[in-house]
Amino acid sequence: MANATGGCDTFPKFLLENAEKFGQRPAMRHKDFGIWQSWTWREMLAEIRNLSVGLQSIGLTRDDKVAIVGGNRPVLYWSFCAVQALGGVPIPVYADAVADEMVYVLQHAEVRFAVVQDQEQVDKLLSIKDQLPKLEYIIYDWQRGLGDYDEPFLHHVQALQRDGQALLESDPAIGQKWLAEIDKGKGEDLSVMLYTSGTTGKPKGVMLSYDNLVISSLNANKFDGFDYSDEIIAYLPLAWVGDHIFSYGQSLTAGYCVCCPESPDTVTENRREIAPTYFFAPPRVFEGLLTDIMVRMEDAGKLKQKMFHYFLGVANRVGERILNGEKDISLIDRLLYRIGDFLVYGPLKNRLGMTRMKVGYTAGEAIGPEIFRFYRSLGLNLKQLYGQTEASVYITAQPDGQISADTVGTPSPDVEIEITDSGEVLYRSPGVFMGYYKNAKATKDTKSKDGWVKTGDAGFLDAEGHLRIIDRAKDVGRLNNGSMFPPKYIENKLKFFPNIKEAVALGDGRDYAAVMLNIDLQPVANWAERNNIAYASYQELANHPLVYKMMGEHVDQVNKDLASEERVAGAQIHRFLVLHKELDADDGELTRTMKVRRSLINERYDDLIDALYDGSEEKFVNTEVVFEDGRKGNISATVKIADAKTYPAESMKEAAE
Amino acid sequence: MNAHDSKIHGMDLSSGRNDGIAQGDELLKVENVTLRFGGVTAIEDISFNILKGEVRAIIGPNGAGKTSMLNVINGFYHPQEGSITFRGEKRSRMRPYEAAASGIARTFQNVALFTGMSTLDNIMSGRSLKMKQNFLTQMFYFGPARNEEIEHRRRVEEIIDFLEIAHIRRQPVGKLPYGLQKRVELGRALALEPDLLLLDEPMAGMNLEEKEDMSRFIIDVNRQFGTTIALIEHDMGVVMDLADRVVVLDYGKKIADGEPAEVQSSQEVIDAYLGVPH
Repeated sequence: MANATGGCDTFPKFLLENAEKFGQRPAMRHKDFGIWQSWTWREMLAEIRNLSVGLQSIGLTRDDKVAIVGGNRPVLYWSFCAVQALGGVPIPVYADAVADEMVYVLQHAEVRFAVVQDQEQVDKLLSIKDQLPKLEYIIYDWQRGLGDYDEPFLHHVQALQRDGQALLESDPAIGQKWLAEIDKGKGEDLSVMLYTSGTTGKPKGVMLSYDNLVISSLNANKFDGFDYSDEIIAYLPLAWVGDHIFSYGQSLTAGYCVCCPESPDTVTENRREIAPTYFFAPPRVFEGLLTDIMVRMEDAGKLKQKMFHYFLGVANRVGERILNGEKDISLIDRLLYRIGDFLVYGPLKNRLGMTRMKVGYTAGEAIGPEIFRFYRSLGLNLKQLYGQTEASVYITAQPDGQISADTVGTPSPDVEIEITDSGEVLYRSPGVFMGYYKNAKATKDTKSKDGWVKTGDAGFLDAEGHLRIIDRAKDVGRLNNGSMFPPKYIENKLKFFPNIKEAVALGDGRDYAAVMLNIDLQPVANWAERNNIAYASYQELANHPLVYKMMGEHVDQVNKDLASEERVAGAQIHRFLVLHKELDADDGELTRTMKVRRSLINERYDDLIDALYDGSEEKFVNTEVVFEDGRKGNISATVKIADAKTYPAESMKEAAE
Repeated sequence: MNAHDSKIHGMDLSSGRNDGIAQGDELLKVENVTLRFGGVTAIEDISFNILKGEVRAIIGPNGAGKTSMLNVINGFYHPQEGSITFRGEKRSRMRPYEAAASGIARTFQNVALFTGMSTLDNIMSGRSLKMKQNFLTQMFYFGPARNEEIEHRRRVEEIIDFLEIAHIRRQPVGKLPYGLQKRVELGRALALEPDLLLLDEPMAGMNLEEKEDMSRFIIDVNRQFGTTIALIEHDMGVVMDLADRVVVLDYGKKIADGEPAEVQSSQEVIDAYLGVPH
């Protein structure tokens, strides 16, 4: 493949170049001991070089696989580069995966080294080490609790770095040799392996080359105008392709600074302190922030509430139009918007840590139109993108000024898109992955010879050339009467209500559509408090008649919506229930990225599903749950089932915009 | 809990455990202590010792005199008879602040924090004994006062990092859930950099997850800072996991002393906990 980057084709080469070009500019920050500590590009190069040489001294060589397990800490990001400099392949693993889940990935990838965050991860690896004969060394970042572990294969990162530094100082030839190793790296080499979380079956190792990641990163930087002056906060899982591109690939290629939060619990606060210029979050984070604001406003004084709602009204009316640069807005509205910015939007953005935000992206799931509009009306340039691990993220993205809540934008630079007859979206781009590791069959099923990749999503291109995604291609089903049943479409409509956290729609091959709902505890508990509803547990609240009434109203609204769209009018919800427990990744009901695992839920709740279709009014169930530490328990409850009103399809009306 | 919990680095605790004279360095020795409140004898002729670097549990049924024992050790109560030797220094009367200055810190059964102050300030208050500057220099916050403040703040931040309470650094502790308040209280005791840490029911009223977290912190404090710990605890599972040696009190008398397994199987202890037919 041609070298498209003018010199640098691997990340370690970019590191060297950045240390040259941006020497004294910050490359990374980390809040530690209550203070933001920073590293310049030059200092970061030294840290990475020491670590890299340290790893070399314990035997890391070309093509070795290195697992990286933990949160967003500088050392773990450095390990990526330190490993790549030697020609090794880093494999980030989801840190909250339990040991059993980890075994498969580590065995499959044949990792020889593991760089991990802390004692928790060390203990996890030690507990499965006898199943991992290839694993030779474990290197840990945070020493607490590990003081008297005397396994010879355990190393502290800092000790390795000290060894590396000593070696470099003792013999200048080692430094030269290290640079020569970097030089040997080529664009078409395997850069990283990311295991997909796998809604179905075992995780697959997606192999991405330097060319895939470097070209995608450079294109993305150009698309949104990122350069060395930008800053982002790294808080998403390392093992997710998005974080790898935003916090690693794009940072190294653009030279911008990556900030690591103090702990996962302090992200919101740390974001406020940093005010990143580029912010990515899945819809649920934006939803959560909005819910949080609304809940807090309920407790504010009368005057503040009045002011807040008045100016939100103004923003709702003109904010988005001002952001899109439209001309026909009255002077009074512009003035009011200015005042609102001073009194409400500005402080709000400051609270959200979005004061300096140049571009914000959301992806992964559909975002509620109200939520999307809320942020945009405040003057925040929030956009949507559509991507996949197999594409090095970018497939489509919304260009500035062409934004709508229900599309995911136009094809990203260098990306071609095609829609098959069955409605499935295909793409081809420089970011297309090399293949699945040790799984030629899956590679062949997904990627055609001439480089087209199946997304597995059903969608279509609208008149303006923007892509719209309806659902997973294989999830779109049919009811017994032949009408179309898109489960996710229905679920998303339900989840746009703040009170509903999760929804599972059923109906494929059945007489009518039905849903199982999860309440969102925070807003519902707050609502209960304001309405003097007493409850002792999640389970009791979920089963409360007034909660059922509220959910009934939401379902009713969704049915009205569905009735107005001819294609899906048949999929109106006939019956629903509120689940007695939260769907949880520890129970395997959700993936680690919080997507619903349909098949498993169908199996686990078959009693309830039967009850949805046999007309019974309540059902006693007993459900096994797994606690965080792996022990098991049981929750039993009598779950009520309610009927919902359906509406005749309004066949004449156009699909709602 | 993993395999590492049961071993204590480099210290041999197996020898000479029953006679109260063990081989490790003796940090604290309680000799024939008797404490009376008017006609009530709370503690009667109790002797035991605490070795450097160990986790020593004091257990017993309600009203056995456990908390009184801790209060005697940190100078809050003055026993009528007997003596206490801490780091080789024998004393009979000592005030709590003297005990604190000599390196004994404690937490309380009912959390005793300054509820209106932030987590940070609460832990900082634990360092007041270590502050050398007078209030005048502190008021103007310059030179040595400033350097001192920075040094103390660094120590406090280390504790915050250690106990994973960064996210509540600025929150008033009164608003925190109970489990976190207990952790803040432990933080304040640690701020004193004590040689001996007295924990009065550190896990009372906690759920399982909080208990496991707290156990982990106690082990880590013991291992990482080498702090000797004496704790009162009701949860036998916790005691068995954490403690190196256990002393059992009942009605103010010592009824057993030794390693957890040994104490657990003692008939007298079982009787004290379950009662005996009369």
